[in-house]
Amino acid sequence: MSARTHLPVGQEAIQVKGWIGAHRFLLLRRTSQLFFLALFLLGPWFGVWVVQGTLAGSLTLGVLPLTDPLILLQSIVAGHWPELTALIGGLIVLVAYALIGGRVYCSWVCPINPVTDAANWLHRKLDLPKGWQPKRSTRLWVLATVLIVSALTGVIAWELVNPITMLHRGLIFGAGFVWAMIAGIFVFDLFVSRHGWCGHICPVGAFYGLIGSKSLLRVSATNRAACDDCMDCYAVCPENQIISPALKGKPGTTPLILSPDCTNCGRCIDVCAVDVFNFTHRFDDHVAAPSDPVPAPDARAARPI
Amino acid sequence: MSLTGTPLSPQRRRFLQDSARAAGGCVVAGSLLAWLARDARALPAEALRPPGALPEEAFLSACIRCGLCVRDCPYDTLKLAELGVDAVATGTPYFTARDVPCEMCDDIPCVAACPTGALDPGLDNIDDAKMGVAVLVDQENCLNFLGLRCDVCYRVCPVIDEAITLETAHNDRSGHHAMFIPTVHADRCTGCGMCEKSCVLPEAAIKVLPARLARGSSADHYRKGWEEKEAHGGPLVEGIIDLPDRLPGPGTDNLTTPGGFTPSYDLPGVGQ
Repeated sequence: MSARTHLPVGQEAIQVKGWIGAHRFLLLRRTSQLFFLALFLLGPWFGVWVVQGTLAGSLTLGVLPLTDPLILLQSIVAGHWPELTALIGGLIVLVAYALIGGRVYCSWVCPINPVTDAANWLHRKLDLPKGWQPKRSTRLWVLATVLIVSALTGVIAWELVNPITMLHRGLIFGAGFVWAMIAGIFVFDLFVSRHGWCGHICPVGAFYGLIGSKSLLRVSATNRAACDDCMDCYAVCPENQIISPALKGKPGTTPLILSPDCTNCGRCIDVCAVDVFNFTHRFDDHVAAPSDPVPAPDARAARPI
Repeated sequence: MSLTGTPLSPQRRRFLQDSARAAGGCVVAGSLLAWLARDARALPAEALRPPGALPEEAFLSACIRCGLCVRDCPYDTLKLAELGVDAVATGTPYFTARDVPCEMCDDIPCVAACPTGALDPGLDNIDDAKMGVAVLVDQENCLNFLGLRCDVCYRVCPVIDEAITLETAHNDRSGHHAMFIPTVHADRCTGCGMCEKSCVLPEAAIKVLPARLARGSSADHYRKGWEEKEAHGGPLVEGIIDLPDRLPGPGTDNLTTPGGFTPSYDLPGVGQ
């Protein structure tokens, strides 16, 4: 076993591309998460009212309404037909995420993402077992349950427990005991279930995945011929079941990651020392020939994960 | 021998097992969620919804908890319920009259801000708002009921002389003063809470309650004879003989009422 198998995940990429280059999308993503949070916090903290409201519903610059489409859907099945403002806001959000990828919300906007990312980072550092791994389809069942409960009780059901809007609202309006819920999710992801909340349970992510299932923005393993099987992308990907079909597909299959579960977080692009992955659109299914400028290095022993 | 497609096929068995497991999990999770949803409907009596709020059950199907009404409230009356701190459904807007009452803005900015209609946009006159009903709950401590002229709740009422009036009554204690009883008229009271906020007592004697607690209801078949008579312009049944009213006398307990009926005979035990 070579010494390389004990390198931390992403070490080779750091050596090749430098630390910044190997964390480009991670840094961009944190910036984006902070940016969206800051937009909401500028008002209550500094009196600069760019955006009012929360992720559930907001008004930007007094003209642009945005509404969470899942909350609207629950409201409708609960028996309330929302006013036009909310419907327009929901439609704008729906169309935007349908184009750029529904789960872009999860990795670039959602305030819970840094929490579960931190839990996963620590999980990897402590080398903990993956723990309880319910099926990836569990979140779809949870989504269906949420809609059924909303219909039966006439209450927007998921908002009674939704940690996303609770944390967001808590930061903007006052948190109460939301920190306990966030701590609970952190501990759950750290000790109980790796990638448990965002990857298996959260119905909001499931819903956004569904809306983005035909989205344009895609990660592609264009340069898959260069893959040296270091497995770093599998280690960092929060939905790593989506990589194989694109990366290990037989010749002639698409290199595009077309699964609606992909959050377009770009970590696979970051940690790949040989630049297998890149962002592209869903119609760009070209595969770089092995003779491309980046030559495939010699295959080497795979790192055990 | 392949069992695929037959009732014994392992794929079929696994599919059924997985589905049953998922459905079972969903029933458990869904029941917990439904229990929370039922719990959320129990709005505490002190928590008042903003003007135009739909009835509580409809409100919880319509409010997306975005907080835009809170932002547009110029008096910081409204707040969003915090998890584990307020007993109100988390994230929904409410106010506590004794802390900050509703100032009843003419343009009702909170209703205008609501994107979903959880605050009914049909409410265009704040005087028609029904956030609750003021009730003078403590007649023993209310200063006006003690015969004093506090009148503060009456003076601060934005719908003065309609939602709260002062009704005079005889002051039995002094024997020759009037009491000015603050009297709420529920059909005009908006439940803004100015009276509760302003009550001078350490704990308000007048409080805004949700209508479900504040009000009784009259039975549908009840008719007030005097109103019917007035509307009819005379007795409802012709030819009724007006019998003389019975005066105090034997069999009643007010034989000694000054100026009352004096019997022509003495009853034992009646001190004269």
